[in-house]
Order: sequence, then structure tokens, then C-alpha cells
Amino acid sequence: MKINLSNQDVQSAGVGKVERLSGEDLKKCYQCGNCSGGCPVSYKMEIPPTRIMRMLQLGRLEEVKAANSMWLCVGCLQCYSRCPKGCSVAAVLEAMRQEALRESADRVEVKDLPMPLLKKAPQQAIVCGFRKFVS
Amino acid sequence: MNKMDLMKIPYYPGCTLNTVAKQFDSSARDSALAVGFEMAELKQWNCCGATFPLAPDNLMGLTAPAKVLSGARKEGDTLTTLCSVCYNVLKRTNSVIRESKEKRGVVNGFIEEEYDGSLNVLHYLEVLRDRVGFEKVKGAVKRPLKGVKAGAYYGCMLLRPFEDVGIDNAERPTIFEDLLKALGAEPVEFPNRIECCGAHLAMNDEEVVTRLSGAVIDSAAGMGAELIVTSCPLCQYNLEKSRGAASNGVPVIYFTQALGLALGQEIETLGFEKNSTDVMPLLKKKGIV
Ligand code: SF4
Ligand code: SF4
Repeated sequence: MKINLSNQDVQSAGVGKVERLSGEDLKKCYQCGNCSGGCPVSYKMEIPPTRIMRMLQLGRLEEVKAANSMWLCVGCLQCYSRCPKGCSVAAVLEAMRQEALRESADRVEVKDLPMPLLKKAPQQAIVCGFRKFVS
Repeated sequence: MNKMDLMKIPYYPGCTLNTVAKQFDSSARDSALAVGFEMAELKQWNCCGATFPLAPDNLMGLTAPAKVLSGARKEGDTLTTLCSVCYNVLKRTNSVIRESKEKRGVVNGFIEEEYDGSLNVLHYLEVLRDRVGFEKVKGAVKRPLKGVKAGAYYGCMLLRPFEDVGIDNAERPTIFEDLLKALGAEPVEFPNRIECCGAHLAMNDEEVVTRLSGAVIDSAAGMGAELIVTSCPLCQYNLEKSRGAASNGVPVIYFTQALGLALGQEIETLGFEKNSTDVMPLLKKKGIV
């Protein structure tokens, strides 16, 4: 596959902002794959954690933003816990989620949530869900 | 024991223990009294926010837990809690406030308090291990859980990240199993005991929750567990809800219910009927009740 690398993409303001918000240095990742190996939801991510790190290193922010990955991250921190370089994909995805919510619509609507869920689910699930999916 | 002699520890219940997980709260309070401490609920508290902001730039997300912490500090130097998520959020927020002068200033400005991070945030399990001692707990057991193969489910929030939470080794913890042993049960270590249950995706992605929680149950049952104990209402909910999906469903209870049971409390006070899986057949089979 041919990849076009340009300085403009690799050092884009968008990727810089992800680094600033997340506190992560994306260049530290050396693609060992531990994060994807430990991630409980990588099976369902359109772009799994290891590849997210590589794509962001290459400046391919828009593709990562369009993928479902950041909405699936449960914040379990297995990626961070097992990363030999101390990277937190969880923080990167949270930063991207924050940005996405600031830029566009909420991910869930309260009125769409089923009543049995609201009645039975622990409050913490609802509060946490709102913090992850609503701006 | 005279109530005056009891060690009093300020306690933060959190929203869920006040509503859908009352049995977690009450069994913990009763058990505490039986092993020598009293959980003194904070006079005033609010929701902790139920999620620690993973992006360090998000200080707004620290205000709710910081408010809890600053209030608690006025009531003592230790704060205990039961829900793994509350514990994780409070303990991590406390570290941020303690370690970063800059962030401390901003957060204190938001909540109009002068909190310095000097509180010691302990999970109830840590109180049992470090303040009471598992030996003492063992000595107080009146109804040993003999012959019960129990899997301790840690999940994520009790253990990670290690440097901030640090209740035990993040990859190979034993605190939960040590407690079960003290209660007379046979702890079963199973591979998925530190894996995620699906967490807040309970809200909008049932497929993930069913798969992950189902895998936890299968993993425990596969190692011979007849019972799973939890320390988080969301883990409890997700596991109970997904139990049908597991090939070999086992009952799921809060660890404090197991504790109260072993300490000889009246069965009716343990709130087993509030769980959606029935543990009674197992207890009868083992001759415990
Ligand atoms: S575990 Fe760390 S170094 Fe390895 S691929 Fe993931 S982010 Fe990169
Ligand atoms: S925190 Fe998110 S990205 Fe990391 S392992 Fe857990 S689900 Fe995967």
C-alpha cells in the first residue's frame, strides 16, 4: 500500500491538539501490539488501539475520528497497564471524544433510552455514560 | 463490643448504594460493626461523577469528587467507600490534588474550598486487610463458607492504574481471595477476574456487555467457581444481566454479602432477594443455611 507522508499531516494542529489534551506523546508508541492484545473491545473497533497510535503518528486524524473506536473504549486501562512505553490509548481516545462532542451532536439522547434501563441500571452507568457520550 | 470503642471511619456511599445496591451498603455496615469499626456516613455528599477524566486537561471533571473529598477531610483523615468506581474516582482525584499545586489551585477555585489532598482514601477491602486484619475477620467468622468455590471478580477500577490506585498487584492481585479464604471459602482464581465487564456500555451496547460479562462468568465457571463475588454495582448488574448468555451461569453476590453471611448475620438482613441471581440453592446445597 502506498502511503503519502507529508510534514503538514504528521505535524498537524489536529494531532497536536490530541497530544495536548491527552497528555500523551504519540511518538513514544513503537507498535508492539500489547494494547490491542489486552483491549476487551478491540474485536469490535473499526481501528484497534495499536493501529490508532500508528495512524495518529502519521497524521491520519480524520480516519481515526470517523471510526467507532473512541465510542467503544470502556476506559478499562488494560492498554495503559500493559504498554511497555507507558502510553495510554485510553487518554488519547478520551481526548478525541471530548473534541468530537464539542464539535458535533451528542452521542446518546436521554429520551431514546429505554425505561427499563433507566429504572434498573445502576446510577453510575447512566452518569458515566452521559459523561462519555454527551457534551 | 461497646459502640464507643469502635473505630469510626468516615464513609462515602455514592449514588448507586443509596438506590439499586442498598444490599451492598447495609451488609457492609453491619459487617463492619461485627469486626470492630463503624462506617460513619458523611454528613453531606454528592455524586463523584462516576468516571475519572482520562484526559488530564479536563479539570472540570475533578470538581465533583474534589467536593466530596474536601467535605470528608473535615470529618477525619480517612475516607472509605465500597463501589469500585467511586473508589477509583476519589482516590485518583485525591492524588491529582495532592501532587499538582497548579491543578489543586484551579480545582479549589472551582469548588471554593482549600483542600490539600491529605485524605487517605481506602476501599473497604483495604480497611479489612490493613486496619482490621484478615486474621481478626477470620476469628469473627461464625458461619464459615465451607466448601464454596468462590471466584473473586476484581474488574478494572479496583486495580488500575496501579500507581494511583495500588490496592494490590494490578496483574496478580490476591486481596479479594485472601478475604474469601478468611471467610472459609475456597477461592478460585480465574483468567478473566481482572477483565472488564463492559462498564457503561450497558447504556447503549448490549452486545459488548453480554460478550464481556458472559466471558467473565464462563471463565469463572470453567475454573470450577460456584459463586462469583463483586465489589461494584455496575459489574454486579452487568454480570447478572449477562448470566443467561454464559453457558454455565453461577450466582453473583456482593463481597459484603458473603462477609455478612460468614459473620453469622441473619440471612434476611443480607438482601439476597435484591440480587437478580439466587444464591440460596447453593447455600442450602453446601449446608450453610
Ligand atoms: S502497547 Fe504501547 S507501545 Fe505497544 S502498540 Fe500499544 S501504545 Fe504502542
Ligand atoms: S481503555 Fe479503552 S482502548 Fe484501552 S484497553 Fe480498555 S477499552 Fe481498550
